[in-house]
Amino acid sequence: MLLLTCPCCGVTAEETEFAPGGEAHLKRFGPGSADEDYESYMFNRKNPRGVHFERWRHAYGCGKWFLAARDTVMLEVFGTYPAQTTEPPAEIVEKIKARRPDWEGYA
Amino acid sequence: MSETLTSALPGAEYEGFVTVREAGLQGMITLRGDLGSKALAKAVTKATGCALPAQRQITTEGDHALAWMSPDEVLILCPHDKAPALVETLSEALAGEFATLANVSDARAVFRLSGAGWRDALAKICPVDFAPLGPGDLRRTRAAQVAAAILVDGAEEVRVICFRSVAQYMFDLLKTAAAPGSEPALYR
Repeated sequence: MLLLTCPCCGVTAEETEFAPGGEAHLKRFGPGSADEDYESYMFNRKNPRGVHFERWRHAYGCGKWFLAARDTVMLEVFGTYPAQTTEPPAEIVEKIKARRPDWEGYA
Repeated sequence: MSETLTSALPGAEYEGFVTVREAGLQGMITLRGDLGSKALAKAVTKATGCALPAQRQITTEGDHALAWMSPDEVLILCPHDKAPALVETLSEALAGEFATLANVSDARAVFRLSGAGWRDALAKICPVDFAPLGPGDLRRTRAAQVAAAILVDGAEEVRVICFRSVAQYMFDLLKTAAAPGSEPALYR
């Protein structure tokens, strides 16, 4: 079972109260961008086995979007943080490094 | 017109190990805006008598109450017939503020659960640990397949608010959860 803490309302709830929103920190490539960039933005996802950054929405609670760092294998949650963040915050990265020394880092 | 106004399931009641009752007409106004704004807090307190609630809390004053729904939303509870006037008053007071108001009284249904076993009944249908919840607390969650807001009014008294379109579903759900002899006895 995946337990997430919503940073917007402070509730720690079980997975079914949330709606998944796919990979976090995607950079949008819109009209006028190169075809490869657009294709990558639209279709290419990391889908890693291990540390992953995701978007979630507290659908049955406060209704707000937030971001979460978790392990896709162990379901360990390293932390959740506000959606208004363009890259993983330093303290989350620290936490992941402490728990997963062989993690290659966020790229 | 007014005689056709009814709540979702008028008079619906069930006696289980907790009593489930449809609470009747309840005025409800959704206020969205910057809850950190002093002008907004002042206007709302002046109109309802209640202070703005802290995160996941309810503040009550007489027959008015404010319920914290999300970081930018409070639900104003008031007598059903006073809701339209209250929306008027608040709209005027909040003119120029970053805020919106909507009278949602007839879009929702309210159920009242009375009895010491309310935690046991709700624990069967909500993925929530109800042990830390006490009077004045609010929790938004799901009840089986529908969204619900649970307002704890007293030690043995809670209200469950859901969309009116799923009122029958919610009532059936609460009936099943409150069936005598089916207490999970998680909370004693």
